[in-house]
Amino acid sequence: MEQHWTRAKGAFAAVFTPTVFWLFAFFLIPLGIVWAYSFGQNDGLVDIAITGTFKNYARVLEPLYLLIFVKSLWFAFLTTALCLLIGFPVALAITFASEKTKSWLLLLIMLPFWTNLLIRTYALMAVLRTEGYVNWGYHWLWDRASGLMQAAGMQPLGVFTPLELLHNNFAVVFGLVYVNLPFMVLPLYAALDRLDRSYLEASLDLGAGHLRTLMRVVVPLALPGIASGILITFIPALGSYLTPDMLGGPDSQMIASIIERQFKRANDWPFGAALSFMLMYLTFAAIAIQAVLNRRAPESR
Amino acid sequence: MAKRAPPGPLEYLRRWPLQAWIVGVTIFLYAPLISLMVFSFNDSKRNVVWKGFTLKYYGKALTDESLLTALGNSLTIAFVATIASLVLGALSAVLLWRFRFPGKTALDGALSLPIVVPEICMGVAMLVFFAKVLPWPTGLIWPLNLGSIIIAHISFCFPFVTVVVRARLASFNRELEEAAKDLGAGEWRTFKDILIPHMAPSLVAGALLAFTLSLDDFVITFFTAGPDTVTFPVKVYSMVRFSVTPEVNAASTILIVLTVLLTFIALRFQNPAKELG
Repeated sequence: MEQHWTRAKGAFAAVFTPTVFWLFAFFLIPLGIVWAYSFGQNDGLVDIAITGTFKNYARVLEPLYLLIFVKSLWFAFLTTALCLLIGFPVALAITFASEKTKSWLLLLIMLPFWTNLLIRTYALMAVLRTEGYVNWGYHWLWDRASGLMQAAGMQPLGVFTPLELLHNNFAVVFGLVYVNLPFMVLPLYAALDRLDRSYLEASLDLGAGHLRTLMRVVVPLALPGIASGILITFIPALGSYLTPDMLGGPDSQMIASIIERQFKRANDWPFGAALSFMLMYLTFAAIAIQAVLNRRAPESR
Repeated sequence: MAKRAPPGPLEYLRRWPLQAWIVGVTIFLYAPLISLMVFSFNDSKRNVVWKGFTLKYYGKALTDESLLTALGNSLTIAFVATIASLVLGALSAVLLWRFRFPGKTALDGALSLPIVVPEICMGVAMLVFFAKVLPWPTGLIWPLNLGSIIIAHISFCFPFVTVVVRARLASFNRELEEAAKDLGAGEWRTFKDILIPHMAPSLVAGALLAFTLSLDDFVITFFTAGPDTVTFPVKVYSMVRFSVTPEVNAASTILIVLTVLLTFIALRFQNPAKELG
């Protein structure tokens, strides 16, 4: 039973004060200032007057910025969908593996996750760039194919043109899937591992195929886990800065890139503040939707 | 003989499509990292075609003053932030586990905010905070000049520790605490001798989590770091922004190997702890 705080005031103060102090001083107050700035305007070069204006939020709705928001949502959605598609079979395989294999497979998924995000993104740059390994392999195959065709008396292939894999939208989504995949696999695995296997066996015994069992039994039962996997992948993907910045091209900017620009180069903090709070509201909306769905899920069954 | 038997209905891992899928995903996850590590030994500036084995980029990376400083900064920040996060995380976990008090739900929600708030939002909040409210004096001696980064790191690391420790406390038998108090132990003694030993495995796990999160962070540090307080990710970022350089391959390889070693040590550490608890 939890203790009422008045019954041990000394101990309560000892654990309450540091936590609450730190949370307020170094997290809530900084966020609060940014929130206040989002209703302000630049006053001279360094000062910001908080005037209660909604002008900054109105600017967010301008087509230029709205388009970036839509694009970010689309990238995040695409990333989440791809992670789900790639991750679900992996989670399924881990769930039904033997104990020993299971821990090795989990380690296999987790190890890249423990590796520095910047290093992982950088490794992708080396793979995807014009003179990267993918293009190198492609060039090699191209030359061999060309040689073979010549030997067979046909026209050789034309001049090799490398694939443009880096600095475009493809690279951004590829990178986002690459860095976020573990986020998806782990909650999926946690959900699938809790399933009562007798339902699956019953379904298979009663003549349903594997695919049908999967769609009609496994997926509905694991739905809360799938939802949390989606949320856990979607949120970081939506707010990601490094991946679009390093792998993207001029037209693949996401919300975080324009926020960064307002604070560092454009020096328009009030507008940057409004942008970052729009991103926060989107994040909270995603969490709220999931909470509502979760609450409704048990009733509907 | 079991090996020869056809796969059971639920032994999905023994069916070839799923095995192929796992192999594919493994290649997808590991090929970029492994090629990065292999080519750090490649004796070629352009670094695509294998030209021969060399350690010269390791030599370059290990004598690069600014890279080493950045790595030292990163490790120092991670170390200090981990210790502070452990203390704050443990205290807040005990607070939420032990007491009933007005505003508890709100505090619980606020504590999970740093986990869900997008990094970029937290980064700009820290930038604004250290620019307007608490300007961190420049030109302080090392490691005091890292103070603002350390504070920012503690803010996003300690709620993760709270989650881990709180999960562990849920399995604590409160009667043990009462027994200790009945036998005359004070608050501090009970905390130190009864509660902390029970929390120990989660403290190890939380510390590793905080350390990795701090070492890994780029975005929040990018917004709080000054020109003379560069961390390893920020340094690498500035080096690779536009091109791929072999020194970075070497430095990255060192860090990857370090991370893998740490992970294995952590797993060794955690398994016996689990059996004890």
